Amino acid sequence: MPTRRRALLILVALSGLAIASVALALAVGSLSIPIGQVFDILVGEDAGSAGEVVRRLRLPRALIGFACGGLLALAGALLQVLLRNPLADPYVLGISGGAGIGALLAIVLGFGAAATNGLAFVGALAAMLLVFGLAHGEGGWTQTRLLLTGVIVASGCGAVIALMLAIAPDDRLRGMLFWLMGDLSQVGEPSLVLALLGAILLVSLPFARELNVLARGSDIAQALGVAVRSLRRGIYFVASLATAVAVTHAGAIGFIGLIVPHLVRLAVGNDQRLLLPATVLAGGSLLVIADTLARTVLAPQQLPVGVLTALIGVPVFLVLLARTHPRGG
Amino acid sequence: MLTLNPLLSARDLTVGVAGVTFCRNLHLDVHPGDCLAILGRNGAGKSTLLSVLAGLRPPMAGEVRLDGAGYHQRGAQASARLRGWLPQSPNDAFAATVIETALIGRHPHLGRWEWESARDADIAAQALAAVGLAELAMRDVQTLSGGERQRLAIATLFCQAPRLLLLDEPLAHLDLNHQIALLQLLAARSREERVACVIVLHDPGLAARFCNRALLLFGDGETQQGTCDEVITSESMSRLFGYPLREVGEESRRWFVPV
Repeated sequence: MPTRRRALLILVALSGLAIASVALALAVGSLSIPIGQVFDILVGEDAGSAGEVVRRLRLPRALIGFACGGLLALAGALLQVLLRNPLADPYVLGISGGAGIGALLAIVLGFGAAATNGLAFVGALAAMLLVFGLAHGEGGWTQTRLLLTGVIVASGCGAVIALMLAIAPDDRLRGMLFWLMGDLSQVGEPSLVLALLGAILLVSLPFARELNVLARGSDIAQALGVAVRSLRRGIYFVASLATAVAVTHAGAIGFIGLIVPHLVRLAVGNDQRLLLPATVLAGGSLLVIADTLARTVLAPQQLPVGVLTALIGVPVFLVLLARTHPRGG
Repeated sequence: MLTLNPLLSARDLTVGVAGVTFCRNLHLDVHPGDCLAILGRNGAGKSTLLSVLAGLRPPMAGEVRLDGAGYHQRGAQASARLRGWLPQSPNDAFAATVIETALIGRHPHLGRWEWESARDADIAAQALAAVGLAELAMRDVQTLSGGERQRLAIATLFCQAPRLLLLDEPLAHLDLNHQIALLQLLAARSREERVACVIVLHDPGLAARFCNRALLLFGDGETQQGTCDEVITSESMSRLFGYPLREVGEESRRWFVPV
């Protein structure tokens, strides 16, 4: 029986995890800064070189990482309900493919970071509208039709990306590969992404119980009084927007959007009223931790964070899956 | 609380899919306390008609009114407090406990920010007890047998507590004892609480025993309706199922067996 009290306790605990992960990201690196000093810097008491590092480099990176992780996890949770498919992730409908084409094009043409982000966002929107238009046949969507259209568009994008990698000049390849694997080393101002994360979560939460009903099947949801058609469109656009924003800022970081909703579901159940905020906190924390590792384990070499999310996420997920009770008949 | 208005009324209703018409210009009234059986062969359009009556898909022509207002006019949530629909073979994409699944039925009764209260939990516990699933409350739905899952779907419907129940093959997957128990439960609710039931059934004998009216779908657009005594006869059943059937038993326990 889900209760508000239990939900609140879990969210408080996860908020603690989120704060701890950001604190870790601020303290750890080539210049190690004690937590106490990090706190002083944040309240504005230290303006030395450590202050510069924390305020100009580590804080924006940690906050953008948190926001992107939260957005990807939220998009994954929403799409799993929309498609009623536990295997859905934010990229299954081709959004990252579209963003990838835009970003790689910008890198091949030698554009700067801002133009790369801009083109990635345009690509993501184009893929989202293409899938929506194609899947929206006579009589509306079915889950299968939407999923198939998304998968086909995604694989088409994959082919274009492979083509671009094949013909790109060698000196650009590294940047392209890092973008494709997900990378937080070139980030800008975090306030916009954080605001979008907050806005998307706030827009989704009022519909959380309707999502619970929708997860049981669209006919059942309709019979229980859910406006299925508009709810599904809303989820599609909100989840697509969340994915597009995250991918634009951090590249196609894998596994967060697939694994975090499952981790949270295994731990706290599938009530979206708790699951949605909990996935945001858990997804954000996991990406911040992964990114901290990505820039420290082989320092000064930086690894693409997407590799680390998979390396952390997969074993954690498998352990949790093995520990849950086997399903008896 | 006697009302003369029908709870569900269909006027000039034409229902079909992809070039096949299942019923043409159907007039149908279901009053509180009614128990209507829908009988017909496989593919005769029983489920399609039921989902049109439930407001889940539009008819080809005509209109369906729920307590005097169309589904669209009344709105999805208000309609859901009046009528419930039992789907054929629900499937569960995600793990959830039995009690959580039953509580889904409370959705139309809760406001946007409301969480299920202790009262809702009581209603769910009673509904599970009514279908004999009280002991499985904490089990994962994905571990239930077909019959248990079917009874859980019925418990979810009881949690929804609508005045009109539209049941698509509620006896599917149920053992004989549970079939009779469920039909007795539905008959009791329609007698005592004036709940109306529309039930898609396969067995004309059970229809004749537990329902007061029947609607026959012949599959070619033709329909026949009336009291069970009028329309459930060995001639009409033989025609309906396309196989000679013979009636055995006495008045209140009639069975139809293949010749």
